[in-house]
Amino acid sequence: MIYLHHVLNHLRKDLRLEWRSRDSINGMLFFSLLIVVVFSLAFDPTGYPTTARQISGGVLWVAVLFASVTALNQSWTREQRNQVLDAQRMAPSPASALFLGKALANMVFVSVVELVLAPIFIVFFNLHPLGSTWLLALVVPLGTWALVLNGTFFAALGLRARNRELLLPLILFPIAIPALLAMIQSTTGILTGDDMLNPDLWIRMLTGYDIIFTIVCLLLFETVLHAE
Amino acid sequence: MQTTMRTLRFIGWPWFLATLVVLVVGFREAIFLVPSDAAQGDVGRIFYYHVPIAMLSLLFPYINFAASLAFLYWKRRDPLKALAADALALASAEVTVVYTTICLVTGSLWGRAAWGIWWTWDERLTSMLILWLLYVSYLMLRRFSATGQTHSLAAVLSVFAAVDVPIVYMSIRWWRTQHPSPVFGGGPDSGMDKSMLPAFFWNLAAWALWGIFLLVTRFVLERRNQLAEQDDALRAMEASLEIPQ
Repeated sequence: MIYLHHVLNHLRKDLRLEWRSRDSINGMLFFSLLIVVVFSLAFDPTGYPTTARQISGGVLWVAVLFASVTALNQSWTREQRNQVLDAQRMAPSPASALFLGKALANMVFVSVVELVLAPIFIVFFNLHPLGSTWLLALVVPLGTWALVLNGTFFAALGLRARNRELLLPLILFPIAIPALLAMIQSTTGILTGDDMLNPDLWIRMLTGYDIIFTIVCLLLFETVLHAE
Repeated sequence: MQTTMRTLRFIGWPWFLATLVVLVVGFREAIFLVPSDAAQGDVGRIFYYHVPIAMLSLLFPYINFAASLAFLYWKRRDPLKALAADALALASAEVTVVYTTICLVTGSLWGRAAWGIWWTWDERLTSMLILWLLYVSYLMLRRFSATGQTHSLAAVLSVFAAVDVPIVYMSIRWWRTQHPSPVFGGGPDSGMDKSMLPAFFWNLAAWALWGIFLLVTRFVLERRNQLAEQDDALRAMEASLEIPQ
């Protein structure tokens, strides 16, 4: 119970910080919008609805991935100002609560971006999904959690590195490849209604990935926070 | 520590020479003695290089993972042992990258000759590529991270990579399956003709010896770096204690 209290406190603090500036949500929104526009120009999806259905899963997740990377770096930089992070290190609350709070906050930010992005995306790509669309309500949160969880962790990993901005994608992308594959395959399967792509299998895999990496992140975060 | 180093140097030269001899024997077996492949002709001889190296490149990541776990365990309990474990982790990660690179390049050459394409997004090729990406990113992290933190952060990333590899393997397997099934234990038709075995095992032994030689050389080099850094740090501390009168 006390642990949950710590997590909620961290979450509330991160949400309040973001509410006051709204920097990362605005940045992510505009950035992902730009990616969607660039891809629409590249593939001309309105002329070819079948192609649009086949590629839009990939395009959507690439846009979310790139956008979240830009915001994740920011989320730890905030803690560095005025030596807040050093205070966190000395605080008696468990380190993983700090991590979980921040990951949940980032999850909220990226989900807001996705909610705003989805209608724009459907209009620009002229999408008419053929599969069971309600499954997306499962795929999107699971996929977002996979990205945000590892992203928050690796952003903390590179906190004091040279080239911090560059390091995050360099280590996040290889680790996240199976999750990305699962998200893209299941989303494409749902949009095209192609059972050969087997969305159920990919959703199960994504769930497994989320559970495994949540555990690994929570166990190892303390080592990262006190890495000296 | 010093005695271990001396023993290693003592074994080093004979080991290196033995490796060269086994490499030469393996080369003779694979290129001149084994009859050429019925289906592929002389092109098939690349098998004796590609497969042993592929097998070994799947072995070194385990050393890296074990060394990283050992580092995390000894970090607080015995910092000196932890440093040695970290040197081993670094050495094995570098050898992993070298072997996976050779595996990918020889595989690509063979693919061009046998299938007519340099690359295909098939199960085994993709997983090997991702393994390569994971360990390159590990080395990148080691290069970019802040001085005092490198060891712990690298060990953490190694654990992540080790957890990721089975997931990658299964997901790619579900995703697609052009590469021939594994040579050993891949079904009733798997296994090799008897005439191929000597060349295969000589090369497997040769590349294993070579890999271990690289690994140990790199390990000793990294240990020396660490010792030199410790000496520098000690000297700096002593110098700061001498207060000018």
